[in-house]
Amino acid sequence: MAANEFIIRQISVFSENRPGRLAAIAHALEEERVNIFAFSIAEASGFGVVRALVDQPDRAHARLTQDGFNVAFTDVIAVRMRDEPGGLYEVARLLGEAGINIEYSYAYSGPAGAVLILRVDRPEEAIAKIRGAGKELISSAAFT
Amino acid sequence: MYWDERHETIRPAELEALQLRRLRETIERIQNVPFYRDLLAREGVRPDDIRTLDDLHRLPFTRKQNLREGYPFGFFAVPRKEVVRIHTTSGTTGKPTVVGYTRGDLDRWADLIARAMTMIGLSADDVFQNSVNYGMFTGGLGFHYGAERIGMTTIPAGTGNTRRQIEMIEDFGVTALHCTPSYAMHLAEVAEEMGAGLESLTTGMFGAEPWSDATRRALQDRLGITAFDSYGLSELFGPGVAFECPEQNGLHIWHDSYIVEIIDPATGESCGPGERGELVVTPLIKEAMPLLRYRTGDITMLLEDDCPCGRTQRIARFSGRVDDMLIIRGINVFPSQIEHILMALPEVGDQFMVYVDRNEHHLDEMTIHVEVKRQYFSGELTDLARIQQKIVRALRDTLELRTAVQLVEPGSLPRFEGKARRVVDRRSTV
Repeated sequence: MAANEFIIRQISVFSENRPGRLAAIAHALEEERVNIFAFSIAEASGFGVVRALVDQPDRAHARLTQDGFNVAFTDVIAVRMRDEPGGLYEVARLLGEAGINIEYSYAYSGPAGAVLILRVDRPEEAIAKIRGAGKELISSAAFT
Repeated sequence: MYWDERHETIRPAELEALQLRRLRETIERIQNVPFYRDLLAREGVRPDDIRTLDDLHRLPFTRKQNLREGYPFGFFAVPRKEVVRIHTTSGTTGKPTVVGYTRGDLDRWADLIARAMTMIGLSADDVFQNSVNYGMFTGGLGFHYGAERIGMTTIPAGTGNTRRQIEMIEDFGVTALHCTPSYAMHLAEVAEEMGAGLESLTTGMFGAEPWSDATRRALQDRLGITAFDSYGLSELFGPGVAFECPEQNGLHIWHDSYIVEIIDPATGESCGPGERGELVVTPLIKEAMPLLRYRTGDITMLLEDDCPCGRTQRIARFSGRVDDMLIIRGINVFPSQIEHILMALPEVGDQFMVYVDRNEHHLDEMTIHVEVKRQYFSGELTDLARIQQKIVRALRDTLELRTAVQLVEPGSLPRFEGKARRVVDRRSTV
């Protein structure tokens, strides 16, 4: 079983907490014709990290680095959830019972269903648990 | 090697007697300067009142501003015809300061520089290139006459025309070089471009600006030399006040010629060994222009332990100017200290900015902006927060002050080409 197939590269961008920074990142991605599937902002005192799943991570990385941003790839996994009450609980309980810690998470819900993006402490084990429970993971092939 | 072994290794009791005798002579001579005559009268001090060296501490400090007010010859203690040379210090803020020398002053000054050069192993066997300005700047003629005194073959190269300077080093077999550390870096770069090995060079003497240990390592590696720190200022003759010995661990003050104190520049209280403060010097051997408790504006500290070289009284390498000092919640902070702490942290970029504000409770707040180096950005917020905490702790441990640290995007801090202005004190404008 190739667990790596389900490990997705999230792009993480260091950003100061001041007006216009998200716009600068988003504009750069627009110019590169990079599409964002999902994103979130985590903030600490005075700074934050913009996290995004994009269709062309390498292109996004190169452009943002060229623009002077601190950019890194972070491994995450993406699980399809039932887009109805209890969908999130199902996945969260699965990981919780396996003793796998969720460091952070964000989600989106669209016409094709709901997706939960997870950063966990033991990704390979999480992948095995989720697949073992018959849940569907999004393959990294979707993000090239 | 000693040039003047008796004075360089003088025993403490004998030193104290000599310093006291010379201090009394200085006070006697200084009566010829109207500024000091008035000052001593105001303080009610006569030469006879100076019974111990501690009595010096009853006298007020002399500041650069006092010297400016005496422009041009107001501080001369001898008739003008006895003054055989004049130098001036740069007048970046107002009028320049004039310093005068009698024939005896020039003789003693050259001897002090001869001591420094002999201390680091230079002699008549050496060929010396003096690559500093020979004009009003005291570093040119000061080193020149010291070098000739010990019999070195002396090349008055001056500044500029770096390629020619490098050719002279190679063609004349120059062994010893004197210049500013920044010019030495430039010289190293140009020599590398020219493919000049500078094989004959063994010794570098660098002064006139503070330089770090990192610069020392770079200069030693690139020029193939041992690099020594030189300290002096025009008001105290010029270079030759203090100099590093082969231990390269602090500078020896020629204590038979200069009484040194370290004070808290804010309060004037004296600092103990190991406490950084402003260097205050009372020169003991100046005829044309004696001074009392002159505030140099330079920051250093007294080093306590004995030096294996046998000489005594050392001060630490200089870490900045009093003019740059900040007082944050009553604690003295030097931008150079902040720089030192930050540069020791691998995660932190080369640039930083310091902002000082007064908050709504009328307390001073210092905020330091730093860039995180790209290779230390993991993509995780928690790792960034850890770096931020590490910087806060490092600053608190050394400065004993709580400081806010702001992580900013790479390339967003100002880059300085000339003199860096890294401190923005916004307190006065509130």
